[in-house]
This record gives sequence, C-alpha cells and structure tokens, in this order.
Amino acid sequence: MSNSKQTSPGLTRTLLSECGLISTFAMRAVRAAFQPPFELREVVHQIYMAGWRSLPLVMTSGLAIGVVLSMHTRATMERFGAEALIPGALAIAMISETGPLMTGLLVSGRVGAGIGAELGGMKVTEQIDALESLAVDSFHYLAVTRIIACMIALPILTTVMNFSGLVGGFLAETTISNVSLKIYFHQAFAGIGFLDYVLPTLKTVVFGFIIGTVSSYLGYTTTGGSEGIGRASTYSVVFSSMVLIVINVLLVRIIFLLFPAGAL
Amino acid sequence: MSSAEHAIRFDNVTKSFDDRRVLDRVSFDVPRSEACCIMGRSGSGKSVTLKLLLGLLKPDEGKIYVNDVEIEKLDSAHLVEVRKTMGFLFQYSALFDSLSVAENVAFPLRRHTRMSEAEIAGSVRERLVEVGLEGELDKMPLDLSGGMRKRVGLARALALKPSILLVDEPSSGLDPITTREIDKLLMDLKSSSKTTMVVVTHNVPSARRIGDKLVILHDAHIVVQGTVEELDQSKDAVVQQFMSSER
Repeated sequence: MSNSKQTSPGLTRTLLSECGLISTFAMRAVRAAFQPPFELREVVHQIYMAGWRSLPLVMTSGLAIGVVLSMHTRATMERFGAEALIPGALAIAMISETGPLMTGLLVSGRVGAGIGAELGGMKVTEQIDALESLAVDSFHYLAVTRIIACMIALPILTTVMNFSGLVGGFLAETTISNVSLKIYFHQAFAGIGFLDYVLPTLKTVVFGFIIGTVSSYLGYTTTGGSEGIGRASTYSVVFSSMVLIVINVLLVRIIFLLFPAGAL
Repeated sequence: MSSAEHAIRFDNVTKSFDDRRVLDRVSFDVPRSEACCIMGRSGSGKSVTLKLLLGLLKPDEGKIYVNDVEIEKLDSAHLVEVRKTMGFLFQYSALFDSLSVAENVAFPLRRHTRMSEAEIAGSVRERLVEVGLEGELDKMPLDLSGGMRKRVGLARALALKPSILLVDEPSSGLDPITTREIDKLLMDLKSSSKTTMVVVTHNVPSARRIGDKLVILHDAHIVVQGTVEELDQSKDAVVQQFMSSER
C-alpha cells in the first residue's frame, strides 16, 4: 500500500513529463516541416516503406474484416428481411469508423514499431551522431520525413482498406445471394456522400502524425543498447495506438460538431 | 604561436552531465596540420571532448574555437558549414547499416557537392583505395570485419577532404596488427594532406606513433600536455603510469 503511494506520483510525473516532451518534439517537427531542407527524396522513400510495404497487410485485413462484417450484418438484417441494406450498412461501417481506425492501428503496429526500432538502433550505434557529423540535420532527415510519410500514407492506405473491406463484403454476399458486383457497389455507395467519405479518411492524416511523431520521438531518445531498442519499438506501438484511439474519439466529436450533415 | 595558427582551441571548457562534472575548465589547442592525441582512463571525458568540438554537445562554460570560429555561438546553418570542414571517425565506425560501403562513402558527396554520379563513383574509389579497400564497394557494413569497418568509416570521414579529422578510439576492438595499419593510415594522411587531427585513445603506443602533442585527462582536468618527450620526462605519477603502460 505504502509502495503504491510512493510510486504513483513518480509514475504520473514521468507520464506527464513524457507527454510534454512528445508535444515539444511534435511542435518542433511541425516547425521544421516548413523549413528547408525538405528532403523530398527521403520523404518519397519513406512513403514507399510505410505505405507501399503496408499494402499486403492492409488489403488482407480489409478483405477479412469485410467478410466478417458482412456475415454479422446479414445475421441481423435477415431477421427483418432487410438484406438489400447489407452493402450500404457495410459501407457505412467501413468508411466511417472501421477502415480508418483499423488502418491506424495496423500501421501503428507495423510502421510505428519499425520506426521506433530503426531510429533506436541508429541512436545506440551513433549513426544519428554520424549524420550530424556529416553536416546533415538528422531531425529533418530522420524524424520529419517519417512523420510526413505517415501523414501521406495513412489516408491512401485507409482508402485501400475501405475498398478491400467492400470487396470482402461482396465476396461473402455473392456466395450467398449471387448479387452482382455492379448492384452491390451501387447499393453500397447509394447512401454515402462526398463528405461522408472525405472526413473520416482525412482524419487518418492526424493518425499518421501521431504514429510518426510518437515512434520517431521514442526511437530518437533511445538509451541502453538492444534492450532500449526493444523498449522503443514496443512503446512506439503501445503509445501511438493508445493516443490514436483517444484522439479518434475527439476527432469524431469534432466532425459531428463541425459537419453535422457529413457525419454518418 | 598566434591564435590564427591553431585549428582548434579549447578555452576553459566545463561540461557536466547531471551532477557529474566530466570536464572542468579544460584548455588546450591544436596547431594546424598537427596531430593531438587525447588520452585518459575510460569515462574521463575524451569522447565528450570530440563531441563538443563537433557541436554535438554544448559546453556549460568556456569557449571552443574551430578555425577561429566560436562554434557554440553558431546557428544550425553555420554549424553545418563548419562541420563540412571536419571529418569524424567514430569508435565503432557508425556506418549506415542500410547502405553499402560505396553508398556510405558517397553519402556526404551526394549531400554536399554538385558532383555527377560518375565523379562521385571516382571519388569513392579514390577514398577506398587510400584506405586499402578498393574491392569492397558493394559489401554491406555487417559483412565487414571491425578493421574494415574502421577503414570505411575513415574513407567516409575523408570524403569531403576535411581540414580537421576527429578520431575516436581508432584501436578499439582491433588486434595489434590492424591497429598499426590504422595508425599508419592516419600518419600517412597527416603527412600527405596536412590534415589537423584530434585522436582520442587510451592506447599509448598508438598515441606515441601518431601524436605531435599529447594531452592527458584525469578527473575532469588536464594533468599534462606536451610532446611525447616532454611527457616521458614528467614526474607526475598519473603521467608516468600512462606513459609506461605499453601493449
């Protein structure tokens, strides 16, 4: 009991201090993003690493989620004889919430862990100091490029996830009801407007910023050899996922407030 | 000797980490085209001295001059320009492990010069010939031995033909024969290109071979600085202990 009394203020202080440091790191990244050097080649390379290489994972997950959601939706809709609404319900579920959030969490696992481990490894083997010694601004070159890449890759990956989900839903539906692809997609998008699609997808730009910032910060501040690299990698996934889930609630609330017509 | 003849000058530099004072009012200078070896026990602040010189760390007090420019007052853009005049060979080479040997050496050339790819390839080959690694262009750092990695690190540090070379523990983790080879490379470099060198080492035979001037750090202070002969004649117990230790 006394132990918990002693450790909890320390833990709270550490957590608050880390939040403050991550916020400072994030603000520094925002400022640096608008200052040269812009490192466009490295940004493109990082988009390839974070985006292109995540495609198999995102597409497979999207297909599986689409199949499962379709099966669950059918089980409910059948009871009311509303099978025709299944594509629309699935599209709303995928586009408004499941697609963006699942993509964010998957990328946080694959890319966030990768950034944390890669930058952590570079830190403990003095490769970041080596960059500085070669007159390269390591913060621009390593952190800002990865954050921008995540911000660009996330909405694209979310779009892929959404369409994979709808294709998965179509495959599940067509095996049961023989619905054609044209009718399925017509029904799926019948109730979805431009804002309904754009707002939840753009929300993932913020997810990309969170994943890039948190994992870059943890990698950049790694200490303690291989154990430290492992810690940076794990915490990158845990912290970015947690922050992403909490921020998602806020973003949905903001979308409802600012665009009541666009909120599904 | 006037200040203009010094490539590097430390003026009463103090540096602490938390409560631990690593350097306490340390002053020394390195004349142009000469090699200064900084010796001391592990944790005596030798590597910190190099990082202060490169602007990777900032001193708590005192001034550091590189080619008569006070580096801690520079903004990041000007610090980049000063760093282009310096090369740094890290203790464990710090090669970029996602890049091949040739790409590591080409990295500073691609960043800071307008050379064509053909010119860069030529320059990379030239640097690797200098360090005796001309046949290893496409190998990855993980496929190299410790000595080879040191050579690639040296080739990368020399890519921009710096006027000052900072070397952190050149013999660390190397056998005596490879250590002599690396020492010879550094000595050849000093005589052929008149590069100013600051070499941090605790290998006394290496320091005797390379150094025009030796500095011994102990308990955050400089115990003594001078030529090998001057240090050999010192009556200070710490200096005698150091200078008599051979490998």
